[in-house]
Amino acid sequence: MENKIDPVVTDVKYTAKDFASDIDVKWCPGCGDYSILAQVQRTSPDFGEKKENIVWVSGIGCSSRFPYYMSTYGFHGIHGRAAAIATGVKLANKKLQVWVATGDGDMLSIGGNHFIHACRKNVDLKILLFNNRIYGLTKGQYSPTSEKGKVTKSSPYGTVDWPFNAIKLADGAGATFIARTMDRDPKHMQEMLTRASKHKGLAFIEVYQNCPIFNDGAYFHLTEKETKPENVLVLEHNKPLVFGANKDKGIKLDGINPVVIDLNDGKHSINDCWVHDEFDDNPTRGFILARLSDLPGFPTPVGVFRQYNKPTYDGDYMKQIEHIKAQKGEGTYDRLMFSTTTWEVS
Amino acid sequence: MAKQVQILEDVTVRFAGDSGDGMQLTGSQFTDTTASLGTDVGTLPDFPAEIRAPAGSLAGVSGFQIHFSSNDIQTPGDSPDVLVAMNPAALKVNLKDLKPNATIIINTNSFDAKNLKLANYDVSPLEDGSLSGFNVVPVELTKLTVTALDGLSLSPKEKDKCKNFFALGLMYWLYNRPIEKTLLWLESKFKKKPEILEANQRALKAGFYYGETTEIFTTRYDVKPAKLPPGVYRNVSGNEAVALGFVTASLRAGIPLFLGSYPITPASEILQELSKYKDFGVVTFQAEDEIAGIASAIGAAFAGSLALTTTSGPGLSLKTEAIGLAVITELPIVIVDVQRGGPSTGLPTKTEQADLFQAMYGRHGEAPVVVLAARSPVDCFHASIEAAKIAVEFMTPVILLTDGYLAFGSEPMKIPKLEELPKINVEFRKDPEGFYPYMRNENLVRPWAIPGTPGLEHRIGGLEKKDVYGNISYEPENHEKMINNRKEKIEKVQTVIPDIEVEGDQSGELLILSWGSTYGAIKEGIRKAAADGYKASHAHLRYIHPFPKNLGEVLKNFKKVLIPEMNKGQLATIIRSTYLIDAIQYNKVKGQPFKIAEIQNKIYEVLGGENGK
Repeated sequence: MENKIDPVVTDVKYTAKDFASDIDVKWCPGCGDYSILAQVQRTSPDFGEKKENIVWVSGIGCSSRFPYYMSTYGFHGIHGRAAAIATGVKLANKKLQVWVATGDGDMLSIGGNHFIHACRKNVDLKILLFNNRIYGLTKGQYSPTSEKGKVTKSSPYGTVDWPFNAIKLADGAGATFIARTMDRDPKHMQEMLTRASKHKGLAFIEVYQNCPIFNDGAYFHLTEKETKPENVLVLEHNKPLVFGANKDKGIKLDGINPVVIDLNDGKHSINDCWVHDEFDDNPTRGFILARLSDLPGFPTPVGVFRQYNKPTYDGDYMKQIEHIKAQKGEGTYDRLMFSTTTWEVS
Repeated sequence: MAKQVQILEDVTVRFAGDSGDGMQLTGSQFTDTTASLGTDVGTLPDFPAEIRAPAGSLAGVSGFQIHFSSNDIQTPGDSPDVLVAMNPAALKVNLKDLKPNATIIINTNSFDAKNLKLANYDVSPLEDGSLSGFNVVPVELTKLTVTALDGLSLSPKEKDKCKNFFALGLMYWLYNRPIEKTLLWLESKFKKKPEILEANQRALKAGFYYGETTEIFTTRYDVKPAKLPPGVYRNVSGNEAVALGFVTASLRAGIPLFLGSYPITPASEILQELSKYKDFGVVTFQAEDEIAGIASAIGAAFAGSLALTTTSGPGLSLKTEAIGLAVITELPIVIVDVQRGGPSTGLPTKTEQADLFQAMYGRHGEAPVVVLAARSPVDCFHASIEAAKIAVEFMTPVILLTDGYLAFGSEPMKIPKLEELPKINVEFRKDPEGFYPYMRNENLVRPWAIPGTPGLEHRIGGLEKKDVYGNISYEPENHEKMINNRKEKIEKVQTVIPDIEVEGDQSGELLILSWGSTYGAIKEGIRKAAADGYKASHAHLRYIHPFPKNLGEVLKNFKKVLIPEMNKGQLATIIRSTYLIDAIQYNKVKGQPFKIAEIQNKIYEVLGGENGK
């Protein structure tokens, strides 16, 4: 069951350039954020909204400078609070398409509470998580997605904490569109962005993003052409889970356990592979998929893990308001003040 | 035989019992009935932070005080004339507050060994003569209630729970109040539980007729209606008044109200109350935490709502960083702080005025905001409208201070006509021609340009911005300019607020300067002292930042300035540093409001034996 969204008719045909602001972009040379900005600007004309109805909200961090570079409405908030600010924007004007640009520290550490609750409520926001597994703006401390044992400026002997798996977190918390993409795969990212823009509800996209200064190459095994095919599993709806340079490996489900199978070993065929269902109501398989990136010997999935329909917080809220207005009539001052015991003094 | 009715001017009654005894309900029913007779009323509930402390214990005592009068009164009364004590603990906790010779109506059935022990009484106070200075009226409240409910198929426990209505009925009789209003209220409340309805109605009537028939009472009393200005009245608590004020502000501004809030004592009722007004388009977002409460309000303000967040001291601390964001983005939001005893969790259900410094200075960087304080439950309504108006018309965060005493206290409010209330001017910028987000008008106010408006797309945020243009700027001169802009804009608020008025002589020996909820006790204290020939004038601040422009002049006209506060001298400190005067502090931080008598005595002390002459 795909989202049924009425196509928004706009009389304006935008191009990518229409979404670029006049401010110089100031990320470090080679930063993965440039690619994200470029893909967003490229796909914004396809979001189906007039420019004035798009709002980008962010928190603090390198990624959170993002709104300044878009020519839409933008709000650069404070550390961690982007999801809460964005919720306020959406509740104040349901016509707005509200996007959040955030990073792994901003959204999963200091802003973790706002993130899970925005997901839980299924607020109609599109959250773009720039995950570089490091604190960049504060110059190189480990983040909540840094892999265990990582040596950073604040962990000279290696971290002892376990990282968050953002996909599991988003799905577990109740996001209704959950996807992953990579800074070095522009086409794929464009597809994810466009699809998120059409989703009604909380859309979450994790973008693996390279920080060339403090965590260079964190994702090279996934993004570089020599290693990418063996390490990346591209999720496509209704297609078997196949990967490898020669498309010769597949993922099979053995009960609730995923298994990598060799499609050329004579024992297995494409028919044994797990067929991906993006619109699965049951979160179990999505969760198994999300776990693959944590399991040694398995490829890292990118694409839409799960997308399903659930009434949105803002939608239901406005419906309730309309319902009560229809029931009681539009509120008036007299009703406000006199709907209790009153008495007259003459 | 008809009993004698004695007319009184002024009575203070306190109902006290276990927190499960329904004292708040009893008190508010007595209030509604009494207020609707046109008597002036001031009330104050006093209840423990624990929802249900162990039954019968001193910690579990819950009280509700009602002051009613045929005069215009300002407070819930200093000391009760009558205490209704439902158990030994209630007697013990409240005895020290009573007037000499006060009447104590005691539920003797609860004075058993177990309850006496829970209240730390070795000997029953009914037997050891310790109540000899009072007019003790022993009533077998529990037994009489249960007897009245004979034949109803309720459990003994359920019957016992009706005894508060017996007590209420008795008090209605004693003070010549009709029971019909409460009977009707019970009908609507227990529509679906006919047995409980019948039981409570019977208990109420039984209490009333008990007064009539028993020989215990030889006299009943009456308090005549007060001479209040003509009009239609209703009762409001401070928290209710804040909610009504902001809905009204939304009507006056013509934009929808958004509240982002996290439940916290003693502010939660504002959230609860506002969540009812969906028919006014009010959005109440019960956020995941205090920070999300204000962050969502900032987002809503950016998008064009009348944005509000409500909290108490601990929540204000959490919102601090976000208030700074609203300062630098110059967005209109109102933060209502219903102050309670601090620091930390402190005394959640008690009142205090100790957040003034936090409201004034509690932010990093140079981050001035407008600070207002309400002075009475009714004033919470008007101050809320005022706060919204300043926020929107000056594009600034405004902190409105109330406190637990105002929040839970209630009094009759004359319902104003909508058109008598201030109009709130909202002008969303529409014209892209010449638009910059940080251009300013003559009051240094920037335009409110909201998403959805074609051609005005812009970006704002927490980074310092270039004057006029609004893009990020790290230039030293620009930073200082912007800090000055923001400061001067707040100072401009002084041009639209009224001068402070002095009640009493305009110059002389003693001025009492006050703010917030101390207003009523101070006003009455001054009145009483004046009757003894001790003269003091009174100036009460609603606008604390910026101060009214004539405040300095007013202070200079008096030899002494006394500043009573429920903190350790926060306003006094600000006054001293602003006006370089030697203000005299008078401080009380006991989680309780000032008593009228305390103010009166302080006036005597400050003026001295010669009455200040």
